[in-house]
Amino acid sequence: MIKLRVNGKPRMFRGAPFKRLLDVLREDFRLTGAKEGCGEGECGACTVLLDGEPVNACLIPVCQAAGRRVETVEALGTPEKLSKLQASFLERGGAQCGICTPGMLVAARAHLASGGRPDDASVREALAGNLCRCTGYQHIVESVLAAAKGAKKPAKAKRPRA
Amino acid sequence: MRGDARSMRVLAPRTPAEASRALAADPRALALAGGTDVMVSWNMGLLNGRTVVDLSRLPWRRVRETKAGLELGALCTHADLRRHPDVRARFPLLAEACATVGAAQIQNRGTLGGNLANASPAGDTFPPLAAYEAIVRCVGPTGRREVPLAAFFTGVKRTLLAPGELIESVLLPAPPRPWTRSLFRKVGTRAAQAISKTVFAGLLRVEKGAVADVRLAFGSLAPTVRRLKAAEEFLRGRRLDAEAAARAADLLGLDVSPIDDVRSTREYRLAASRGLLIRFLKGD
Repeated sequence: MIKLRVNGKPRMFRGAPFKRLLDVLREDFRLTGAKEGCGEGECGACTVLLDGEPVNACLIPVCQAAGRRVETVEALGTPEKLSKLQASFLERGGAQCGICTPGMLVAARAHLASGGRPDDASVREALAGNLCRCTGYQHIVESVLAAAKGAKKPAKAKRPRA
Repeated sequence: MRGDARSMRVLAPRTPAEASRALAADPRALALAGGTDVMVSWNMGLLNGRTVVDLSRLPWRRVRETKAGLELGALCTHADLRRHPDVRARFPLLAEACATVGAAQIQNRGTLGGNLANASPAGDTFPPLAAYEAIVRCVGPTGRREVPLAAFFTGVKRTLLAPGELIESVLLPAPPRPWTRSLFRKVGTRAAQAISKTVFAGLLRVEKGAVADVRLAFGSLAPTVRRLKAAEEFLRGRRLDAEAAARAADLLGLDVSPIDDVRSTREYRLAASRGLLIRFLKGD
């Protein structure tokens, strides 16, 4: 049995320890936000946070997440109460077909929550592991920058909700 | 065919000796660190039915100062190294190389030891490690040994590691005197998530107007990372001017043998590498 914390809640997984974290999240925990794009760590659609750092959930056997904190896009907000980042993506055309969006949101959240600089070059580097075939990235970067402007400074916020 | 998790057996040793024993006992067992290479093959269904020895619990994720220089634990991730103050200050080419590996998601998982053990001809960290004359510390069933990076790789995806032998750390010897200049450059199709067409690290020390020491290393131009021995020898003791730089670059082909492949051509690789070399030597 593998114990981990997912979106703030303790969870248990009984099954093959080499099952991918992505599949455990989607199939066992019914958190289908993270998507499988390429299955080889190129596209970032499966990005989740492991102890606060963005990782590709398609490249992690769940046994390596034992005892650790996992956060998925579902931790950011709900349809009724969107996070600033999510609202900004909606307002500014940061989401089109939507496949890359959960990964983009999670990577952007990690960047801002860790005190990453809210400038164009830094945001582009932070999102470099997330591919989008619709937007051309411009509106995604603008969405992140706009959300960052409205966000509190990470040093002061108790737990920044990007 | 996809990876079948139920076909896998996972061992999670707590000590290096246990890990070595498990790997030595089963020649088909897979050593798993950050998983950024192993899991790609596994997802393709290429590794079903194997035993996995998960190394991630071993105490090898630290950077420490030794008498000889800086010792980097094999489980340090690329993200650990790119932000480590001592690595950045004293071995900046390695920090820069780590920042070009994949993107954040890969840098947060992929480890220095895993990168070395995987022995890709295009490993981004290898030219800096070759230029800094890194020493790979290995531990296995027959004990410890230290292998110079130049001898560690024996071919494409091949290393000197014996069955059950693991990379414990990498030692970066402190240079006797500061470098006059240094350069890391990776040429790929895009800035992130690219496997290099050519990748360069150069270190140069000029004293009294002449080259006192020069180390030039390229990746992706041969089955393994290569130092440009002929060019280095030509340059040592010489005044560095445009002519010397061009003549050194003419010697490139003596130490590398790039190929045409899916990422680039021999011709482009040589032309781009020559350009990088001349730019570095001329210092502009």
